[in-house]
Amino acid sequence: MPEDYLPILAMVVVVIGFAAAALVVSAITGPRKPNPAKLSPYESGMPPFGSARRRISIRYYLTAVLFILFDIEIVFFYPWAVLFRQLGLFGLIEMAIFVAILLVGYVYVWRKGGFDWD
Amino acid sequence: MNLDLNLQVIAPALIVALSLLLVLLGEVFLPASQRRWLGYLALIGLLGAAVVAAMLWGANLSGFGKMVVADAFGLFLTLIILLGAALSVLLAFDFVRAHQLDTGEFFALVLSAVVGMIGMVTATDLIVIFLALELLSLPLYVLAAFKRADKRSLEAGLKYFLLGAFASAFFLYGIAFVFGGTGTTNLGRIAAVLGASPRSDVALVGMGLLGVGFAFKVALVPFHWWTPDVYEGAPTVVTAFMSVAVKAAAFGAFFRVFLVALPELAADWRALLAVIAVLTMTLGNVAALLQSNVKRMLAYSSIAHAGYILIALVAMGVNGAGSALFYLLAYTLTNLGAFGAVIALSDGTRERLELNDFAGVAKAQPLVAAALTILLLSLAGFPPFAGFTGKFFIFGAAVESGWAWLAVIGVLNSLISAYFYLRPVVQMYMVEPAGGWNRLRVAPFVAFVLAIAVIGVLALGIVPAPVIALASGGFLK
Repeated sequence: MPEDYLPILAMVVVVIGFAAAALVVSAITGPRKPNPAKLSPYESGMPPFGSARRRISIRYYLTAVLFILFDIEIVFFYPWAVLFRQLGLFGLIEMAIFVAILLVGYVYVWRKGGFDWD
Repeated sequence: MNLDLNLQVIAPALIVALSLLLVLLGEVFLPASQRRWLGYLALIGLLGAAVVAAMLWGANLSGFGKMVVADAFGLFLTLIILLGAALSVLLAFDFVRAHQLDTGEFFALVLSAVVGMIGMVTATDLIVIFLALELLSLPLYVLAAFKRADKRSLEAGLKYFLLGAFASAFFLYGIAFVFGGTGTTNLGRIAAVLGASPRSDVALVGMGLLGVGFAFKVALVPFHWWTPDVYEGAPTVVTAFMSVAVKAAAFGAFFRVFLVALPELAADWRALLAVIAVLTMTLGNVAALLQSNVKRMLAYSSIAHAGYILIALVAMGVNGAGSALFYLLAYTLTNLGAFGAVIALSDGTRERLELNDFAGVAKAQPLVAAALTILLLSLAGFPPFAGFTGKFFIFGAAVESGWAWLAVIGVLNSLISAYFYLRPVVQMYMVEPAGGWNRLRVAPFVAFVLAIAVIGVLALGIVPAPVIALASGGFLK
């Protein structure tokens, strides 16, 4: 069976070759006219200020974790919404149970003060 | 819709999950003085799940496209896990209050780990086993670090988390290799493919990686390094719960994967696991000899016991699996009881952890001292206690399957272990009491756990026949 994986090996070789070729060609042929704006970390963004090694409030982590939780909920909603008609009542009940479980978590975080900044 | 949703199969886990949600809601809606009820709620959930699991006995249901089964093997382990969790909850009632831990969260995390454990012993698909393994591990990382103000508890949680995440990666990589070699993650089909096709090196690599993942979870040498630190640092109740329930769950999946999916590779893994069993038993017992801290000693002893149970896996067959189930039940009762005795002898939040702290305890607390003595003798494998019959069945299975030398090393190890198990006993009965300890009344729940453990250990030791018959009936097929 290892020969079944030959196309994957070929693709790996092509991908690495293409990436290397693109870098080499642009390094050789590309024009170089640097100016301060071009050399800044974000060419079209905000000019950077201060060090990135500042202390950040621990609350950001809680917010981020909560965001991930409810973001994943949305990810599960998409395939369900696409297949809603096929799944019918069964799908509706399943999703209601799923949301109810997440709601318990939501109520828990809310009552525990997870959403309060101070 | 053509979905094989047989909710009956996962009913025990569903009941535990439901009580977990109720406990979480109770934690935020009940006033702090009423949160004690959450422990009762958790107990009701565990008992309800046990009743349902007992009702499913003998039906051999399967569901979700044969990804989950409720066979006798899985249900027996489910009942062991529920028993271990229920006894831990009983121990925790007064412990969480004395140590000012968050009551609701504690019980919720225990219940959530139990859901994962039940999933692990009833799953017949590698993906489901992995999912359950994570569901089991994540709450335990938090529980190990549950005493937030205690540096050693935090250290325990962090160590357990980092090494556990690493082991999970090994396990997942193993699943990928087994899938690469056989084209399926279903345990039964893996065995069929391996039996029909020529030897697959890819699957062999997968087997090794899966073995590493399991070896970490049940603490086999050389993947045992986390155990002493985590067991010592974690709150005593959590250590008690971890040492029994995680072992039962992880060994359940270990046996199922190796006996159902990989019997074709037995020639490869039997000798390997036999060597690991010898190393695990010997290192666990020899290291336990050197400990002066009782929690560390029990941690090394739990490593040694994992080695004994591994002998049963090497023995394979009905006797191997049956004796392992019996041993896990005996070990659950004995070890929880021993930790319960440590909790019973504590003075508020101050626990007797060093060996000299046990000096003269027999005079102050004769009943607890007697219970602890019985439980330690059972751990050492003295008749007529459960530890003796458990070892008897395991070594018997090893001899019958032609691994007599392994049984001999097991017996020699039991002899070594008698020394360190008897050290606290000597301290309790033969040394004059040291001052500075208040004699506190033992909490009724803790006394109840001790009573159950002692009665169970005696019952399993004197009349093991009905239980070993049930356990052997739970053979995987």
